[in-house]
Amino acid sequence: MTGFLDNVLNGLALGAVYALVALGFVVMFKASGVLNFAHGSLLLFGGYLIAVLHDDLGFAGALALAVLATAALAGALDRFLLQRGGLDEQSAHIQTIVTIGIDILLFTDLARRIGGDLLPLGDPWGDAVTELGPVTVADSRLAAIVVSTVVIGTVFALFRFTSWGLSLRAAAEDLEAAALMGVRLGRVRAGGWALAGALAALAAVFLASFPAPGLERTTGQIALHAFPAAILGGLASPVGALAGSLLIGLTEALVVGYQSELHVLGEGFGDVAPYAVMLLVLLVRPTGLFGGKGAARV
Amino acid sequence: MPEAPPDALPALHVENVDVTYGRAVSALRSVSLTVPHGTVVALLGANGAGKTTLLRAVSGTLRLHRGAIAAGRIRYGETELDGKDPVAAVRAGVVQVPEGRRVFAGLSVDENLRSGGLGLGRRGRAQVQEARDRVFTLFPRLAERTHQAAGLLSGGEQQMLAIGRALMAAPRLLLLDEPSLGLAPQMVHRIAEVIREINAQGTAVLLVEQNAGMALSLADHAHVLEVGETRLSGPADELARTDAVRRLYLGESAEDRGAA
Repeated sequence: MTGFLDNVLNGLALGAVYALVALGFVVMFKASGVLNFAHGSLLLFGGYLIAVLHDDLGFAGALALAVLATAALAGALDRFLLQRGGLDEQSAHIQTIVTIGIDILLFTDLARRIGGDLLPLGDPWGDAVTELGPVTVADSRLAAIVVSTVVIGTVFALFRFTSWGLSLRAAAEDLEAAALMGVRLGRVRAGGWALAGALAALAAVFLASFPAPGLERTTGQIALHAFPAAILGGLASPVGALAGSLLIGLTEALVVGYQSELHVLGEGFGDVAPYAVMLLVLLVRPTGLFGGKGAARV
Repeated sequence: MPEAPPDALPALHVENVDVTYGRAVSALRSVSLTVPHGTVVALLGANGAGKTTLLRAVSGTLRLHRGAIAAGRIRYGETELDGKDPVAAVRAGVVQVPEGRRVFAGLSVDENLRSGGLGLGRRGRAQVQEARDRVFTLFPRLAERTHQAAGLLSGGEQQMLAIGRALMAAPRLLLLDEPSLGLAPQMVHRIAEVIREINAQGTAVLLVEQNAGMALSLADHAHVLEVGETRLSGPADELARTDAVRRLYLGESAEDRGAA
């Protein structure tokens, strides 16, 4: 039973981190209609900045700078590169392909810098653990749950209560009608990309901290597990991204936790599980869990 | 941004405007019209005549349709509007209600109204409450449904919301694209009353309509577009009496008139 609770808690922590990535992915899609295939590399960029800066600036300073820099990079990529192709839906498909090119460039450069190293991020949790009654849980995982909850709550509040959030939701519903209301489409959209970049940099911290050995060049690829979370949630639905991420995180943790009982599925099924869950959900609900009409933008 | 002094009585001037889509398809050729302050001007014509294109040219949304103003000028008071983005039009006091209502279906009625004030930026916040009161006085039914999703409203209510949303920006000129489209006759009558009321409060209206009877009854001036060019223009009551308009847009045949 203890094993089960451990796995559930780990799954929630993993899901919380995936949620940061998936929510960013969804916000970008909602804002621009573009699927950002460079999201994993943006995450790696943020993580790499923390890794090289934390000795000089301390962890908090490095984190703050990395979050800002990744936000600026994502916002600038959208504003000065993607948006040049136009703001309409047809252009969005082309821009999606452009993000694959951005991903290759960004990843190649970062991979060259990181090489085969494992870079510590200097986070304050180290390998400390906390006993919660019968379960033992890594501090980094508890931090992941707390930080993600606060940050995601803030993002939802931004959506609901700010002019920017209203502009973004209006533009996602009807681009032209929003333009007619005087919404500055380009700025609102780049704002969404910047926010998603910030979330990715933050997620890098938890993907690279204990029990992970540190930041490596494949860390961005781990974030790929957040894509099925976004897709099974409904792609244009922030709530769906949240639900999808928790589902994927729990599935992955449970599959890994019960690996020995599941050996018929072979080694490493944990990596495949997110996609298996995504396919199962999409078979039953082709538009995703929360993807009503909103997903028609695809 | 250049702006007309607030006490001026600005008019919309469209002068010899050519519009092309995709640099190839000519949609408007040398179209001119004026909407003086506080008047209602109707723009009539069949499908594809270029009515919506003219509104897009004024509101700055041509680019979203890969169109551009190839020649001519558009001014509202002292503000140049040709080649500008929609924000410039909204800030100058020119707001368009798009054809087919286009309310934000997944947003609540209240959020739709809030979105109407987005173009004003920070300095518009004070106006918003005043504008909302005005909208609720005009459309009491919207006040009862502030938390309902806009997509669940009836067609007539959505048209009211679309007009109310545009009024949130406190426009001095309202561009209405086929407000009667797809509505029951009773609702068309109601919308006509609303347009009259909005105009009486001092807002000029450029009204694009296929329902020529309704449009001509409201308008001071009218223009008829045909395949991208101005075919007729003049005072609305005179135009309503011309043979061409009666036959083509008011659905009367020569025999009807003979009998009358």
